[in-house]
Amino acid sequence: MELSVHNAKVFAYTGGKPLNAALPCVVFVHGGEGDHSVWGLQSRYLANHGCAVLALDLPGHGQSEGPPLESIERMADWLIEVLDAARVGRAQIVGHSMGALVALECAARNPDRIDRIALLGPAFPMRVAPELLEATRTDEARAQRMINIWSHSAYAHYPGSPAPGFWVHGVNLRLMQRQRPGVLPADFAACNDYRGGLAAAAKVRCPALLLIARRDRMTPGRAAQDLVKAINGSKVVEIDGSGHAVMTEKPDELLDALRGFLVAAPAPA
Amino acid sequence: MADPKLPHLDTLSLHAGQQPDPTTGARAVPIFQSTSFVFRDTDHAAALFNMERTGHVYSRISNPTNAVLEERVAALEGGVGAIAVASGQAALHLAIATLMGAGSHIVASRALYGGSHNLLEYTLPRFGIETTFVNPRDLTGWRDAIRPNTKLLFGETLGNPGLDVLDVPAVAGVAHEHKLPLLVDSTFTTPYLMRPFDLGADLIYHSATKFLCGHGTAVAGLLVDGGTFDWEASGRFPELSEPYAGFHGMDFQEESTVAAFLLRARREGLRDFGACMSPTTAWIVLQGIETLPLRMQRHVDNTRKIVAFLKAHPAVAAVSYPELEEHPDHALAKRLLPNGCGAVFSFELRGGRAAGRRFIETLRLFSHLANVGDAKSLVIHPATTTHFRMDDAALAAAGIGPGTIRLSIGLEAPEDLIEDLAVGLHASQKA
Repeated sequence: MELSVHNAKVFAYTGGKPLNAALPCVVFVHGGEGDHSVWGLQSRYLANHGCAVLALDLPGHGQSEGPPLESIERMADWLIEVLDAARVGRAQIVGHSMGALVALECAARNPDRIDRIALLGPAFPMRVAPELLEATRTDEARAQRMINIWSHSAYAHYPGSPAPGFWVHGVNLRLMQRQRPGVLPADFAACNDYRGGLAAAAKVRCPALLLIARRDRMTPGRAAQDLVKAINGSKVVEIDGSGHAVMTEKPDELLDALRGFLVAAPAPA
Repeated sequence: MADPKLPHLDTLSLHAGQQPDPTTGARAVPIFQSTSFVFRDTDHAAALFNMERTGHVYSRISNPTNAVLEERVAALEGGVGAIAVASGQAALHLAIATLMGAGSHIVASRALYGGSHNLLEYTLPRFGIETTFVNPRDLTGWRDAIRPNTKLLFGETLGNPGLDVLDVPAVAGVAHEHKLPLLVDSTFTTPYLMRPFDLGADLIYHSATKFLCGHGTAVAGLLVDGGTFDWEASGRFPELSEPYAGFHGMDFQEESTVAAFLLRARREGLRDFGACMSPTTAWIVLQGIETLPLRMQRHVDNTRKIVAFLKAHPAVAAVSYPELEEHPDHALAKRLLPNGCGAVFSFELRGGRAAGRRFIETLRLFSHLANVGDAKSLVIHPATTTHFRMDDAALAAAGIGPGTIRLSIGLEAPEDLIEDLAVGLHASQKA
């Protein structure tokens, strides 16, 4: 569906069915230089199992208009503006990598609107290696190659890609290449510059799930430990055999972890 | 900091798409010779049918062995994914049937494999799809042939029968000016010699029967999506950018930013047309791909030696191979095919049809048959076989002479092949 925030189009994938705001809402927030399609399987499942789903394209990404937002704090505020535009009162947020920081900050700022957060591939601080950060500004193609390889646990999976026929490295690289120039440096700078992670974590009052991929080289599990300690009552699920791109490397395991955490309307009798 | 890199083509040929079986330890790709796959429960079944979970349902749609082959070929080509089908012709049909219906139009190179030409010229018009054939070297011709209902530009990386080299960057440029995709048949070049996505093509298909399989043991096809074309922005493809009642109201472009084409091709094309590949065939093709880089280099090395031999032989009037300076695409070949122009080419024998017949019937190592891309060397004389009903004028119109001989050079010792050809050429000139 298309929404409008500050007169700019916002695209939200709703799982292949119209948004029913009466159902518990789950908002999916992608990571750097991604879009809604990274959540294809999980968002589609939840939309068909008792949830209203908004898998968003952040400003400047995918089909959403406008320049990319410059900070995690601004993205967190924008998320609430999207909920308002969609006439959704309360929501649960699932965020990946940069999106995890957005979910964290949004929950801290809006305890009256956010019921649960699931942080996939979280880290704080989410420092970007200086050479990679520089490459995002000066040589996007090189930066994309680095990110793509570091985001996957292996060159192949058993007994092939989880989604039959897809070359997951190719899909991820092409998705980054399809984003507009300038999106990558903006996203990575926003992650690198974010300073409010621990303060936000201390303010979170809703249930929080941290999902950590055991073979993540972009945001390794140790980089999430300060957040685990700082979020009161947080729960951790570790996912075997996956790198940073958990949505494509271990889609079912991720979905099962989310199903065990998020609130959905009961299935019809 | 050293940049991480994807493995080289040689490594991907062996490893892409597969890890050892964690249950049995099997290192080779297992053949999952099963029509169907057990659901864990009813919710799992429903989720698989509705594309909410990954996995296999029925081998017409997907199969674990086929998935390894699909992923491997997609990796070799640098695409986002692939679909394994029953033949190269099935791959071409699947591409066309996914992108268009009655009332649509294709612009195609006229230098095409005969089977592809038949499909476009005679069969598809019965289903309301027309094709305009153009000289592949004439960019203005490509551009001028595009109509408001055009959906696709199509050519072969190395065309039939004269090995016309398709200027992929230039033709892709014309296609993209008009928000159209370019499909190429990359059978003769394979990703070892050319990666058309790197040059601007949007879709690739292979008759995997040929060099990918490499041993003349399986009929197979692969259709690969580069993930580069924006179907929504084109505005010409409601099949991919509007809800489809035939599959849960899915808007494929919304579902997958980069793989909308593949989703519809699998979920509709394989489901409804059913030209799937057998898992055993997928395994055979995988065996071939493991040695693709080694074989292709040997194919090219042998071909260069044989081209040089034929060019110097008095019984040979002309040799058509793009690495020769007199070939009209010589300069283009140096730019697009620096590692070689494949192993299929033709030459013109002096003495016409009778000489051709004597040549063919004298050869001992070259097998006289209608295929290319085998490990064994192959030969055919179109004027006495595939085109025997045509008179010389009709042959000329098809770019074929009465003495045209097509060779597919295999992996034998080149000295043995040259010896075989020398005997045949000598016999051909005895009236």
